[in-house]
Amino acid sequence: MQTNFTEDQLREPGIARANEILRACVHCGFCTATCPSYQVLGDELDSPRGRIYLIKDMLESGRPADAETVSHIDRCLGCLACMTTCPSGVHYMHLVDHARAHIEKTWTRPWPERLLRGALARILPYPGRFRWAMVGAKLARPFRRLVPDARARAMLDMARAPIAAPSAMDQPQVHPAAGPRRGRVVLMTGCAQKALDADINAATIRLLTRLGIEVVIPEGEGCCGALVHHMGREEEAKQFAARNICTWMAQMEGLDAIVINTSGCGTTVKDYGHIFRNDPLAEAAAEVSAKAKDITEFLATLDLPAPERHGMRIAYHAACSLQHGQKVTAAPKTLLQAAGYEVSSPADAHLCCGSAGTYNLMQPEIAAELGRRKAGTLMALQPEAIAAGNIGCMTQIGARSGVPVVHTVELLDWAWGGPEPAKLAQG
Amino acid sequence: MELPSPNPAILDRRAEIVARLKAALPAGTVIDDPRGLVAYECDALTAYRCPPLAVALPRSTQEVAEALKICHEMGVPVVPRGAGTSLAGGSLPTGDAVVIGVARLTRVLETDYADRIIRVETGRTNLSVTGAVEADGFFYAPDPSSQLACAISGNIGMNSGGAHCLKYGVTTNNLLGVTMVLMDGTVVEIGGAHMDAGDLDLLSVICGSEGQLGIVTEATLRILPKPEGARPVLMGFGSSRVAGACVSDIIEAGVLPVAIEFMDRPCIRACEAFAHAGYPDVEALLIIEVEGSPAEIDHQLRLIRGIAERHGPEVIRESTTAEESAAIWLGRKSAFGAMGQINDYMCLDGTIPVTELPLVLERIGELSAQYGLGVANVFHAGDGNMHPLILFDANKPGDLELCEQMGADILKLCVEVGGCLTGEHGVGVEKRDLMTVQFSEDDLEAQLKVKDVFDPKWLLNAAKVFPLAVTEGRRP
Repeated sequence: MQTNFTEDQLREPGIARANEILRACVHCGFCTATCPSYQVLGDELDSPRGRIYLIKDMLESGRPADAETVSHIDRCLGCLACMTTCPSGVHYMHLVDHARAHIEKTWTRPWPERLLRGALARILPYPGRFRWAMVGAKLARPFRRLVPDARARAMLDMARAPIAAPSAMDQPQVHPAAGPRRGRVVLMTGCAQKALDADINAATIRLLTRLGIEVVIPEGEGCCGALVHHMGREEEAKQFAARNICTWMAQMEGLDAIVINTSGCGTTVKDYGHIFRNDPLAEAAAEVSAKAKDITEFLATLDLPAPERHGMRIAYHAACSLQHGQKVTAAPKTLLQAAGYEVSSPADAHLCCGSAGTYNLMQPEIAAELGRRKAGTLMALQPEAIAAGNIGCMTQIGARSGVPVVHTVELLDWAWGGPEPAKLAQG
Repeated sequence: MELPSPNPAILDRRAEIVARLKAALPAGTVIDDPRGLVAYECDALTAYRCPPLAVALPRSTQEVAEALKICHEMGVPVVPRGAGTSLAGGSLPTGDAVVIGVARLTRVLETDYADRIIRVETGRTNLSVTGAVEADGFFYAPDPSSQLACAISGNIGMNSGGAHCLKYGVTTNNLLGVTMVLMDGTVVEIGGAHMDAGDLDLLSVICGSEGQLGIVTEATLRILPKPEGARPVLMGFGSSRVAGACVSDIIEAGVLPVAIEFMDRPCIRACEAFAHAGYPDVEALLIIEVEGSPAEIDHQLRLIRGIAERHGPEVIRESTTAEESAAIWLGRKSAFGAMGQINDYMCLDGTIPVTELPLVLERIGELSAQYGLGVANVFHAGDGNMHPLILFDANKPGDLELCEQMGADILKLCVEVGGCLTGEHGVGVEKRDLMTVQFSEDDLEAQLKVKDVFDPKWLLNAAKVFPLAVTEGRRP
């Protein structure tokens, strides 16, 4: 596609990258077909092709963002289905990231939105604060009808989930391999996930150590930065990321992987190399990105013993960050099948469930519609449980499905010698 | 390419037009914000762009009728839009036009397996029509390369084809009936859930009319039981001429594959670099797919191999597994994206008699050298539907014009050898000015008179298909 940037503009690395991406787009429109927001809203401005056009126009003119452009960019889930679909390899993720940062710099949001975004940015990445916020929200829930803003109501709804007590397992420490050591990994223990569900890290650690992998949880790691990154808060995101990069670089010797069991975070960590490409940390960031592996991606490299078969019907929900962001599509299903589960995938498996980080809080109507559709296609498979690889999806689908939603790794842990996942036992 | 200058009298009434549309249609249906309109300034032919006066995205036939009625009363031009994937600029707006898009009309209205029909709203994408019946073992046959995203409305407008049309025919052979809204808002039903027409075959006039006669909002389509299986064979040849001759011989022998796809070396190399499909580095490549029972497939492939071997192929690779079939198709399906990685391109669409393939390919090569612009050929060779991709640099002044001239020469060549200007993309705005190459004044006049009947005020997509000079007295 033709672009109109001046030489001056192109000297700015962000614009140079945007230009490269825009030039690859041939405006064929394939991306519209798999875009969840376009499926719901049917306006091209709410599709990748329309957004690419809005972004192009905004960046070329160099003007500040405007309400119309912002509303359509905000409705993007960042699910990246468009990148799987695009026949031309247009890197939509980097383009929309750049646009979000531009919006954050040049557009003043109305105060309720500023308040909401500010609160999310200050709470979600910190498990301690998040737990307290959930306690507060639980107390406020009986009054939810009085809350005028749908977004604030969506936040209160999140407090339906039980609050997980801090777990001793995911504190900084080294979990030695059971038996002879076959490998050594760092486990990224995450932020919001810890507060919502402590079982996922516990299952990951149990399974890995049982398989002979030493699991290191280094002091200093924290939120990957994705939550603020997707709000366009570039500098904050880089601070989170830089801290992780420095922490993990100290562990690189003899390290097989940085294991991540929240795929939303995995996508961002794998992009550290790009985020820091013009920074002194570039080399280290690229090294960290290269080591980052989704838990299923890492498990697929191991020789696994014979499983204890539980013969359960599992509907597998592919998280967007896993299937589109990281292109990890086969490993979770193959592992679940190898573990003896009967695995099926729903219709329109490529479509987002509407969770998408903080999207379900900021765009509750679209998110609810996508959640309803996703729960419908999953339940049509008549599963006994649903498996997913991302805490956001689990919460979103769990609120709408009639069966337990578990993390893939919990099922794998159960099949290879771990306890039955608590969610199944309760369900 | 010249676009008609917008009518100032209409632009002056912009606020009034938008207000009337907004009053008649539900909230969120009309877009008039200048920034929002920019995204509707073109379709997949980005060389020509023009933001419309407004965009309406109705949710029902009734709402389409409301919008059209208002535009008709106020004398406002209308440009219909499906998914906006046209490569010929079929949904390119004019500055004084209201774009009416059917993208929100996506429901399946009826499925009848016994009679093998499906009735859908036309904003539904081509592939999702098959998606709706696939689980029950059926499919909708026409499969344009953009089938994932293109809408049935546009398929009807352009009479779209696709790789598998060699066997199953194009849209017109698979369309049984339509609900269409005329420019004045009248809703008409044409055809029905049966083959052929009881009276004058108006459906054949509507299919391929490029949004100039009405807006089709519902369509009854023929669906077919899926074949038991399908298998492709890939063949590499030392020259495009030899590959072209091989295609002619296969067709002549009476073998009917579902698809015969052709790629030349520039295209093969680009696809290989992009998709790593494992294609051989040859001058020309054919992908031929046959379908049926395993015995039928074996028999047909044996015949095809026999013919191919007479032409001294450098490579013959027959697929034996689903994975191998996918690998053979991978490169072909990535072709357009791969070319887009190299440069901007204009995708042409012309049809020639199959026997003229070798000659036309050679002449395209000569034109490429003469203009100094690269060309990659990828097309449905079985039915002679060519898609030369001319590579140019959209950011380099003058390159687009050079590309247009070369494209015109290639299309003239198609007509010269007994073919026609379009296979499946339609004439749109891209080939509008070449219509005089193919048709005499009388021929054109006869076509204009058809539009006079359906749209006497010439408001619907009027700047397309015919040279502006020819329609001068008719357009408002």
